[in-house]
Amino acid sequence: MDIVGNVLPQVLKDEATEDKGEMARLQSFVGAIAVADLVKTTLGPKGMDKILKPTGPGQEMSHITVTNDGATILRSMYVENPAAKILIEISKTQDEEVGDGTTTVAVLAGELLREGEKLIQKRIHPQHVIAGWRIARDVALKRLREISTENDINSQEFHDDLVKIARTTLSSKLITSDRDYFADLCVNAVLRLKGSSNLDYIQIIKLPGGTIRDSYLDDGFILKKQITIGCKTRIENAKILVANTAMDYDKIKIYGTKVKVNSMDKVAEIEAAEKEKMKHKVDKILKYQPTVFVNRQLIYNYPEQLLADAGITVIEHADFEGMERVAAATGAEILSTFDAPERSEQILGHCDLIEEIMIGEEKMIKFSGCKKNEACTIVLRGASTHILDEVDRSIHDALCVLITTVKNRRVVWGGGNSEMQMAAACEEEAKKVQGKQAFAIEAFGRALRQIPTIICDNGGYDSAELIQNFKVELQKGNLTYGLNMTDGTIGNMSELGVKECLRVKEQALLAASEAAELIMRVDNIVKCAPRKRERA
Amino acid sequence: MSLAFDDYGRPYIILREQGSKKRMKGLEAYKSNILAAKAIANTLSSSLGPKGMDKMLVSADGDVSVTNDGATIVEKMEIQHPTAKLLVELSQSQDAEIGDGTTGVVVLAGKLLEQALTLLDKGIHPLKISDGFDRACDVAIKHLDQIAEEIDIQQNDHEALIQAACTALGSKVVSKRKRELGKIAVTAVLDVADLTRKDVNLDLIKIQTKTGGSVEDTRLISGILIDKDMSHPQMKKEVTDAKICLLTCPFEPPKPKTKHNINISNAEDYKKLYQQEQQYFVDMVKLVKNSGANIALCQWGFDDEANHLLLQNELPAVRWVSGTDVELIAMATGARIIPRFQEITPQKLGKAGSIREVQFGTSNERMLVIENCQCTKAVTILIRGGSQMIVDEAKRSIHDAICVIRNLIKDNRIVYGGGSAELACALQVLQYADEVSSVEQYAVRSFADALEGIPNCLADNCGLNPITSVAQAKSRQLAEKNPRIGIDCMELGTSDMKEQKIYETLSSKKQQIQLATQVVKMILKIDDVIAPDDY
Repeated sequence: MDIVGNVLPQVLKDEATEDKGEMARLQSFVGAIAVADLVKTTLGPKGMDKILKPTGPGQEMSHITVTNDGATILRSMYVENPAAKILIEISKTQDEEVGDGTTTVAVLAGELLREGEKLIQKRIHPQHVIAGWRIARDVALKRLREISTENDINSQEFHDDLVKIARTTLSSKLITSDRDYFADLCVNAVLRLKGSSNLDYIQIIKLPGGTIRDSYLDDGFILKKQITIGCKTRIENAKILVANTAMDYDKIKIYGTKVKVNSMDKVAEIEAAEKEKMKHKVDKILKYQPTVFVNRQLIYNYPEQLLADAGITVIEHADFEGMERVAAATGAEILSTFDAPERSEQILGHCDLIEEIMIGEEKMIKFSGCKKNEACTIVLRGASTHILDEVDRSIHDALCVLITTVKNRRVVWGGGNSEMQMAAACEEEAKKVQGKQAFAIEAFGRALRQIPTIICDNGGYDSAELIQNFKVELQKGNLTYGLNMTDGTIGNMSELGVKECLRVKEQALLAASEAAELIMRVDNIVKCAPRKRERA
Repeated sequence: MSLAFDDYGRPYIILREQGSKKRMKGLEAYKSNILAAKAIANTLSSSLGPKGMDKMLVSADGDVSVTNDGATIVEKMEIQHPTAKLLVELSQSQDAEIGDGTTGVVVLAGKLLEQALTLLDKGIHPLKISDGFDRACDVAIKHLDQIAEEIDIQQNDHEALIQAACTALGSKVVSKRKRELGKIAVTAVLDVADLTRKDVNLDLIKIQTKTGGSVEDTRLISGILIDKDMSHPQMKKEVTDAKICLLTCPFEPPKPKTKHNINISNAEDYKKLYQQEQQYFVDMVKLVKNSGANIALCQWGFDDEANHLLLQNELPAVRWVSGTDVELIAMATGARIIPRFQEITPQKLGKAGSIREVQFGTSNERMLVIENCQCTKAVTILIRGGSQMIVDEAKRSIHDAICVIRNLIKDNRIVYGGGSAELACALQVLQYADEVSSVEQYAVRSFADALEGIPNCLADNCGLNPITSVAQAKSRQLAEKNPRIGIDCMELGTSDMKEQKIYETLSSKKQQIQLATQVVKMILKIDDVIAPDDY
């Protein structure tokens, strides 16, 4: 029924709903803020972790995840609120784009909307709020870029920066007590990539057992496979042939073939032919004169034996990524046909030593002294798989940030310094702008300032006092100051060595303000009738 | 309900199973239809104009999209009411024909229906109303032709086109960067436009989306971007002076379409077959290589062995290129699509300046860029944004802008926006109304009122007082004889839309008024709705 009392015909499908104006806006705000509040306790070095427990039959308690990573938390959550989904979406994008700051981006968007809600209650039109936010965002971005510094990629300073950034990223994670150790580890791993940004070449092997401290970066490269029994387990000065070829019976690929024989003799003949075909292939491989043969696919006993007889060490069933890494590390070409032995020099990979090693209780193959040292391996140890998984995620975050930094090279001070400076820039701008947009600009600044506030709160410190003191320090011109979360004081970040990657901050700011704007612009939510599913 | 009696007084049934059917007749039917259609128009009306709001749409599977585009909103709303569905189609046909103004057309139809409702209450027959609307529509269209201005699209670095694109983008979430995006859209369209024929093949503009970065990072690639990477990780990542071999046959042994069997009965055959198979791969690669090609793009897959042979012959290759991409590449590079290896000849190769692999973000996703194509200049707009929703909305917005520019290239006449064109038409129609001597006069007058509804709605969305601002604009139009006075939505201090540079295409405006009138006429002709009860 409408206001006058006319009975309105039903326009939408049954169960489809439409919420308009205030109701729609209220829904979005509530949803988005709820999501932000949920992850906000994980923010900062003193943030807490969450346990994610799957629902549904079968899995029960066995697959729980303990994590501090915003993207992981949000990704695993099932929410129905559309605005909340937008927040989850930006967090995912942040993860894909820069790999870190996934919590920050969701919290910032949530805080922006919290401020936005207050403005709406003051009867300021959403479009005015958006107009103000847009100005504020530009001002903040400009300030952020201004305060960032750049170092030459080969300089010692840049190397130090990387270590500091890695430390900052890791400080909010489980491995915070060993962050110096892991920071060095991550930086070394990334520097080995020599500017390439392919994370696939850094392999992370997780092995339960030992303590976190036993984790290490291997100078060589480790393949999580075993050398086939009967082969040499230690090869010096290895020439490696990497292949992706069928070494079982090599089926005929021509369509529609069928073996049809009419006597037992013929069967034997065919079998012999098959064998010969295999032998032929092995012979061709032998012409390359490798000492090690790595194949992606299975190798049957017969060719394995032939290869072993020729004194070649055989590694079978390497996964595709593993193979690519072997190829990258040793400079080998991945082969599928074997008709060009004259190119053997270019095709074979080299490394000084291949040996079987034991880590914990598992046998692995280690390639050391590789020709092209691009791939490397991080071996993680820890008391349980949950810990290992979390360490893996933390290391992944750190690696992503480092790679982004290597690409972008610009860094800012951490400890909430960049947020406070951006907030200050917004406030200065608000004084100059005419019209009600100014309220929105101020609000943007307040939302930015919430990030260090939440970090303080999570550490159990008096945020109101600390943030005010922080503001004063910045006002005094101490532009490198920030939160010292170990002592609960304001300290000089250049002394403490807390740095962050500009790109991460930039992306968080842009994505959060875009998402907040998107949600703010909505005045109508139409939900379709949920699709009916047959319950299994 | 509808029970009839024959000459002997026996009842007979007109409508089968009428007990199980819902039926509405006469005035009740009119009103119900109009109210349903109005409900849709009301939903859309708050999206109109530069300060219009967005709608959040949740699909049956829980996917969220946020949009300002009329056609998308009504499409995703799951409307079931039959008359309301007419409005959905209305919006979609505007989208298909013009590409922009999909919100405006529905709002206008809603306003017309609103007026029709009061006329019905006055007791005017629906057909008279629709006749009146029809005549008023003709007058309005004629007047639009009169007030339209031709613009020089070449002048000033295509400034006019950029402005028109900005008008189309102004109402969207990307409006902050409307100038940059407008420029991208204009460059893209001009790159592929055939200015002598005044036509644009929109297929040549590919819009590719990728989350990450911000809307500002959206850029134009003068070439084709395909979401694929080289088939072998160790192939060259960049090919300059590419000679492209475009294949639609897999690098696999042939599969004849007729069903056949090859029976192997002895070892000799077995060996032969193996050799033949090996030979196939060698031949295939050789054929490609011999033609002088230095890159092969294939719609199908590669066998491992063939893949390696390609690598060995230093022939970078891409597999599983989608059908539309294959066609696009063929058009752009002048390559002939080759369905069989035997038919590869050097003449059939396409040429491009360079082909290279680019990488995004941390998730190791790669795409291929084909640049400086030989034939037509196919272009790709790569849209970036903080989340999937933004990227999707930006894609829709850019599509709108591209359509507007295309329409301007086809027909360079424009009218001014901000409700000014509607107001001018309304005044003209009002004048005409007094000349009509029959009952239709009322309908014609109502049509003028409905047209005024558009600036009204604009002003409302911008937080202005709708009645005062429309009245002001109207009186100024009359006093200054200036059909360009509209609503100052952006509060820039002038109501002259020429100064504000709010351009809309004449074709779009005309289409809007005509389509809306047509649909309203159609709705007004329905006097009986019969539907199954459980519908």
